[in-house]
Amino acid sequence: MLARRIIPCLDVKNGRNVRGVRFSADKDAGDPIELAKRYDAEGADELVFYDITASAEKRDIVGKLVRRVSEEVFIPFTVGGGVRTYQDIRTIIEGGAEKASINSAAVHTPEIITQGAESFGSQAIVGSIDAIRRLNPDQTEDVRWEVVINGGRTYTGRDALEWAEELVDRGAGELVLNSIDADGTKDGYDIELNRMVAERVDVPIVASGGAGGPEDMYAVLSEGKASAALAASIFHYNQYSIAEVKTYLAERGVPVRPKIKIDLT
Amino acid sequence: MIAVVDYGMGNLRSVQKAFEHVGAKAVIVDRPEDIDAADRVVLPGVGAFGDAMNNLKTAGLITPIVRAISEGRPFLGICLGLQLMFAESEEMGQHRGLDIFPGKVKRFPEGQRVPQIGWNEVRIQRETALLDGVPDGSYFYFVHSFFVASERDEDVVGMTDYGIDYASIAGNDRAFGVQFHPEKSQDAGLKILKNFAEKV
Repeated sequence: MLARRIIPCLDVKNGRNVRGVRFSADKDAGDPIELAKRYDAEGADELVFYDITASAEKRDIVGKLVRRVSEEVFIPFTVGGGVRTYQDIRTIIEGGAEKASINSAAVHTPEIITQGAESFGSQAIVGSIDAIRRLNPDQTEDVRWEVVINGGRTYTGRDALEWAEELVDRGAGELVLNSIDADGTKDGYDIELNRMVAERVDVPIVASGGAGGPEDMYAVLSEGKASAALAASIFHYNQYSIAEVKTYLAERGVPVRPKIKIDLT
Repeated sequence: MIAVVDYGMGNLRSVQKAFEHVGAKAVIVDRPEDIDAADRVVLPGVGAFGDAMNNLKTAGLITPIVRAISEGRPFLGICLGLQLMFAESEEMGQHRGLDIFPGKVKRFPEGQRVPQIGWNEVRIQRETALLDGVPDGSYFYFVHSFFVASERDEDVVGMTDYGIDYASIAGNDRAFGVQFHPEKSQDAGLKILKNFAEKV
């Protein structure tokens, strides 16, 4: 049976971890490759590198990081953060990443999704949506979600469910749903948002924003119908290991990839 | 020398790097004579079946690929590479494949999320050098919307369940195809690449 995925997210800037936490005396705490290897060894199913470099050399810096990761870590990985052009996607995919994740640029220029999917296949194009809860104009209890961009600073007026459908129609092979309300709270993912989108589109959903512990991941992977759960700080600051999360999920009947020992010598 | 065939269907760098990681030298090639000169041939690929066959044909690569397989040189198709080893595909029309194994490439039935993206189990159907030291039920990383329906049971080396049971590893003694990405399947995948380089 297809396993649900646990995906740590690494925030990087200028080729370095944004949050450098020393995890072993002989390792460079700022090196994303070292952190990626640690997550890989702990049983991460995929990795996401979220790049916040803001400089003219951004593409070169990202390209170099992608090539290094693909030489040393043999699990799938996605690169997101400021992916704007066809050339950005190409740098990421040709460097050895599985997927490029596109957020604000898709709102400005939806053709980037179409073009990316045609050139590299739908499996390489992730539509990333930042969504915020809004009350309906008639002030009823029903909620809707609005798409926001630029890290949550700009409201687009677009309905997140409709936008999710459009991204899939244009060729996105997977969606990341990042709840701006839940992001950073550790109060749990937005279960309702994930379930509503998962019921509306056929591609896998990656839940993001709000993970405080294994119980939140269980909720979004069962009730929330997500295929994968993404988290940053709970893994980064060693609150929970990936192995602990997987044990918790497995005990509750969620299919996860177990760790096995294989002799590679 | 392991030749990794480049025919414009996806990035091959990860495959090459994974072979290097297990101590095998792999070279990316795109000319017929390079395939003829290779001890072992790897056919990776993601994308559409019809485009892939057209690209192989245009580059004159079909004959040397089929020759490598018929001469018994170890061969490994990965993802789309596995699908191309079958007789035909119904992905966007009908297309002829390399026809190494009888069977058809079909789309996953309704009711499953497509593409299948993620880690799934492979149940080993028979012992082979390719799977030496790989435990039955190991998980591998899959990304695909179509699967192979093999006509002959003896060509099925590994099975996977995604709504239906399908052949995730096909092969005879020397020519194999895997639906998953061994280069992205951590130790289980690296073990397969190492076996292919050393034992097949």
